Amino acid sequence: MRRILTAKVLNTAGVLNRFTGMLSRRQTNIESISVGPTEVEHISRITIVIDVNTLNEVEIVVKQLNRMVDVLRVRDITDLPHLEREVVLIRIHAPAKLRSEIFTIIQPFRASVIDVAEKTITIQSTGTTQKIEALIRSVHPYGIKKLARTGVTGFTREKEGK
Amino acid sequence: MTKKLKLQEAVSGSKLLLDTVQHHGVDTIFGYPGGAVLPLYDAIYSHPINHILTRHEQGALHAAEGYAKRTGKPGVVIVTSGPGATNAITGIADAMGDSVPLIVITGQVGTPGIGKDAFQEADMLGITMPITKYNYQVRDTKDLPRVINEAFHIATTGRKGPVVIDLPKDIQAAVVTEINDPFINLPSYQPHTEPNMWQMNHMFKALSTAKKPLILVGGGVNYAKTSHELIALAEKHKIPVVASLLGLGAMPLNHPLFFGFAGMHGAYAANMALVETDFLLSIGCRFDDRLATNPADFAPNAKIAHIDIDPAEIGKIIHTDYPIVADAKKALTKMLELDFTFANTDKWRAELEDYRALHPLTYNRTEQTEIKPQRVVELVGKITDGEAIIVTDVGQHQMWAAQFYPFKEERQLITSGSLGTMGFGIPAAIGAKLADPAKQVVLFVGDGGFQMTSEELAILKVYGIDIKIIIMNNMSLGMVRQWQENFYENRHSESVFVENLQPDFVMLANAYHMDAVKLDNPLTIEQDLRDFLSHDGAILADIVISPTEHVLPMIPPGNSNSEMLGVE
Repeated sequence: MRRILTAKVLNTAGVLNRFTGMLSRRQTNIESISVGPTEVEHISRITIVIDVNTLNEVEIVVKQLNRMVDVLRVRDITDLPHLEREVVLIRIHAPAKLRSEIFTIIQPFRASVIDVAEKTITIQSTGTTQKIEALIRSVHPYGIKKLARTGVTGFTREKEGK
Repeated sequence: MTKKLKLQEAVSGSKLLLDTVQHHGVDTIFGYPGGAVLPLYDAIYSHPINHILTRHEQGALHAAEGYAKRTGKPGVVIVTSGPGATNAITGIADAMGDSVPLIVITGQVGTPGIGKDAFQEADMLGITMPITKYNYQVRDTKDLPRVINEAFHIATTGRKGPVVIDLPKDIQAAVVTEINDPFINLPSYQPHTEPNMWQMNHMFKALSTAKKPLILVGGGVNYAKTSHELIALAEKHKIPVVASLLGLGAMPLNHPLFFGFAGMHGAYAANMALVETDFLLSIGCRFDDRLATNPADFAPNAKIAHIDIDPAEIGKIIHTDYPIVADAKKALTKMLELDFTFANTDKWRAELEDYRALHPLTYNRTEQTEIKPQRVVELVGKITDGEAIIVTDVGQHQMWAAQFYPFKEERQLITSGSLGTMGFGIPAAIGAKLADPAKQVVLFVGDGGFQMTSEELAILKVYGIDIKIIIMNNMSLGMVRQWQENFYENRHSESVFVENLQPDFVMLANAYHMDAVKLDNPLTIEQDLRDFLSHDGAILADIVISPTEHVLPMIPPGNSNSEMLGVE
């Protein structure tokens, strides 16, 4: 099952290595991982999507990550109201006569064209993993030349009335 | 902006390191010099701190572990870069497995050479990441005091463990007149040691109503030095107690409420107690597969309460009904304050006492033609009156020592539990003796493990270390042989040494300027052991034991605790 974890960690040398080392030792498959600075200096946020077989497995992973010296807090936010987004860049084979058709197809995804060349266009989109995958499926028939995804980042929604 | 502190005089990183280490109450360092730690060793030359030069880096590590396991204080080790550091790996992993506090300072090539495959360079941060509680590489001499303070704090708090400080040569040599703020700055490291009282009350109430309550103790109880509270709690409510290998000593073997060593080679009563209990309170024990041989069927009739200082241990192997994250001593102290009327356990204890009386740990006591290893342990127990510090290597002799030595006090058994490191014994015995010179130290070691770290015999005379070494010599790797005989149809693949071509261990010991005897007469063994143990100074006994003996009982791996082989 897919679980999304978020972690706040000290931004020290090797912290990502320690973090992923723990997961690889447990043979936990990482589907995506993204890291970046937060609003607090020296603290980074890691968003990680893993595939596990049982809830017990993810519980142990969270505990083992939490006890690491550089880790402030790890949470499994899958079942909490949360926001998650990823960015995808896709270079599509797009001869001039097909371009307007492609534009029509990507429009509902609110994807934007960020580069145009003689035989290709490059589009960008932001969304949940499901939306990104739907977009990729939609443009796949035209021929994808290059594809880059950032992996998911996110956090929990603020509670109402707060 | 980091706060700076001016120093009274200019000092080198090396002296700064030694002064800070000494400030933490460390009197002895174990180590081995080399190119990348020359500046550090130059500072040791004129420093009051005591340094023990082992003959191999692995020896330095296990000696530091023996020291730490006996005292609870961190063992401090210095090794050089590259091969010196990689030789330390086994000891670091051993300490990680058994939660032993160590500070391991590994030399590193100078900062300009790091990452460029310099001579004797190894990526120690990368290599030790999964086998340390934490590791550092110091990149600024001014950070050294803080890094060392943090390393001591991390190694000795929460669940203890090894911390590696990788120290480039130029950082050791640099001279500074000021340092960065030396106070620990670990906002994300806050080990939880106080039990949650609501949860504790809840658990204790359930325990009080149990008809067949049982306390299982592990290494955490020994490490927390809380034997006194454990015994008081068991006595107050008449609760039987069993122990894992590392929990031995927490309760005296002859205590009426103690039902012994549980697990793969444990006592019948201890394993049956685990099978039949209806409420298991585990303290500082992590349900290793040598104890919980079949996790799915472990303590099948019981509600499980698990007290552990490491939250990641709770629920890792065994489903837990009452999880409590706490230091064992704090938890036991709180439990002693709680007032609940407990259910009567007379019938339950009588049942366990029957098991203990009917199926004690035993062996063929009437054997006259060969020396039984169990008899050697029993006799050593009798002659030392259960007062010696017992150090073991790993294998059959380790299990016999665990089964038959009458342990009386906490931290009395020093053994490699989790990693099961052959070669641990000799250096660990050295470390234990240096830590507690007033106590007699007896080492049990097999003829296999002995040959892995026998080079450390060289330092016994040098430092006047009085340990009694007993080689349980069965001319084989006995535990491997036992498994081959049980599970591989007697195919002794590479487990039996060539007869008459084993080294002469007596001559070897003599070569290291120590006394030694060969004991092979079952009829005189008691007197021979008396003479041996009363010898003045270090001595080795090469004891020729039965080459076919098995450690029994035995739960085959994966079977339940009730499925013991070899119970009479």
